[in-house]
Amino acid sequence: MKILVCVKRVIDFNVHVRVKADGSGVDLAGVKMAMNPFDEIAVEEAVRLKERGIATEVVVLSIGPDVVQEQLRTALAMGADYAVHVKADTVVQPLAAAKIIAAVVKQEQPEMVLMGKQAIDDDCGQTGQMLAAMLGWSQGTFAAKVEILLPLPLGEGRGEGGAPSAVSTYVASPSPDPLPKGEGFSYATVTRETDGGPTTLRLNLPAVITADLRLNTPRYPTLPNIMKAKSKPLKTIPQAELNLDVAPRIKVLKVEEPARRKAGQRVKDVAELVDKLKNEAKVL
Amino acid sequence: MSVLILAEHDNKTLSPATLRAVTAVQALGEAHVLVAGQGCAAVAKAAAGLAGVTKVLQVEAPHLRDGLAEELAPLVAHTAQGYSHIVAASTAFGRDVLPRIAGLLDVAMVSDAVKIISPDTFVRPIYAGNAYETVQVMGAPIIISVRATAFAAAEAGGNASMESLAPLLPVAISSLVSREIAKNERPDLLTARVVVSGGRGLGSAENFKRMERLADKLGAAVGATRAAVDAGYAPNDLQVGQTGKAVAPELYIAIGISGAIQHLAGMKDSRVIVAINKDEKAPIMELADYALVGDLFAALDALEKCL
Repeated sequence: MKILVCVKRVIDFNVHVRVKADGSGVDLAGVKMAMNPFDEIAVEEAVRLKERGIATEVVVLSIGPDVVQEQLRTALAMGADYAVHVKADTVVQPLAAAKIIAAVVKQEQPEMVLMGKQAIDDDCGQTGQMLAAMLGWSQGTFAAKVEILLPLPLGEGRGEGGAPSAVSTYVASPSPDPLPKGEGFSYATVTRETDGGPTTLRLNLPAVITADLRLNTPRYPTLPNIMKAKSKPLKTIPQAELNLDVAPRIKVLKVEEPARRKAGQRVKDVAELVDKLKNEAKVL
Repeated sequence: MSVLILAEHDNKTLSPATLRAVTAVQALGEAHVLVAGQGCAAVAKAAAGLAGVTKVLQVEAPHLRDGLAEELAPLVAHTAQGYSHIVAASTAFGRDVLPRIAGLLDVAMVSDAVKIISPDTFVRPIYAGNAYETVQVMGAPIIISVRATAFAAAEAGGNASMESLAPLLPVAISSLVSREIAKNERPDLLTARVVVSGGRGLGSAENFKRMERLADKLGAAVGATRAAVDAGYAPNDLQVGQTGKAVAPELYIAIGISGAIQHLAGMKDSRVIVAINKDEKAPIMELADYALVGDLFAALDALEKCL
């Protein structure tokens, strides 16, 4: 199974964000940039699937100006096999990103697309689901656990007595559910983080899966792997070559700092705190 | 024009978050609520009884029972004709389904709107709430997820007309295996008046439980930071922050929470914030309306006695 992982270059999560004085956006000049942390988790998951023999190849994709190649190299150093860079020098909104990824999916023919559940810059959380809609694929959003069940080639993996056990499981513990009936059927079991608690879905492959925080802890690329990544293939496609309608559908009118809260006060003990909550803030 | 609200429900009860979406859209037009499920008549009836709802569209089918995005999105896209907006609350459900609808209709989406300025202009947080952008959307229908805590819940007192719609054929590319409903007798985090929230400073699951006693005494919901969840003090669904839930109660009491920006993103719109921490330099102490520096456990004991 081939996996495509999408990564976005965003402001580093530790950087304090400053809004530009003219309200046109966030000041990115000279600011440390990094791979979106949720996309990093997606890369890690794909690489682990390859290490366990479930994935055969991991392709990593990023959209943006030439600098996004830094993030692609990071993903290659983590273990992806090759990279695709769709060169775009203007802002790409989620709908446009989904169209570009769909076009790359047509070229690369993966059976699964992995990406973060949201980017920590625009916090939209839309691209994966839009992509799944465009491809007609199933979707596993906010994934905290992914198991893949693939059919083995005919003649392999037969259990005793000829009973078919044509399934290889990614996790050590077997799925509690009955195995799929019939040959040639592959699916993913995705446990999602939802508001009420974990929800587990079975998705026919191909599928789009978006990674949540607890799917895994991404590795740090080692120095030898960073060196090795420099010679891994990286293909650049000019966005115009894909011939898509990627014009922004959303116009940003202004960007502002959040309203400041009025300065707080220190209280010396619990008695004073309770008194203030009762008589000053009137919330108790 | 009218607005189509996608109801979130479990076939028995309507989610409180949907009540807030109903309030959010009042300025946009007539509110119609789509209730898709199986055996969900009680939900449709509850929606029809909300002030501000003029029509309820009910669709029943076995494949709509589990709220799967793959089944709901084509249905909503099919029903979207003639609607100016398609709206749901920005919960795990809304965030899952709405972008899929937008993808099918080839339209843009506004995530997590906190303010509706005009029918095509909205305010939403970006960078974990460290900035707010005002955006204008081109094209129709406009798909919006609204942040539940930014709007009041619609009240009873409506008498909407009811209409049954025929379902589409099943897409059948996904199915529900299991859903664990966290047993929680406390108020819902998203709608609670008071939230008591704990961080890694509590030091153990046992101490977290001690904090929960205080929450129970206050009739409060319990929240947690990512660090507390990762340390195993609390289940994932209690996480407050950029990747967890965004809450905005009347009173938020943060105990042993340092205040990473990702956590602050999920609670800084609370009306009154109390922080109790042994480190007076913790970022949350700057944000808090009332900050108490000292031993957490002494403070917990004293609070339990005072309240």
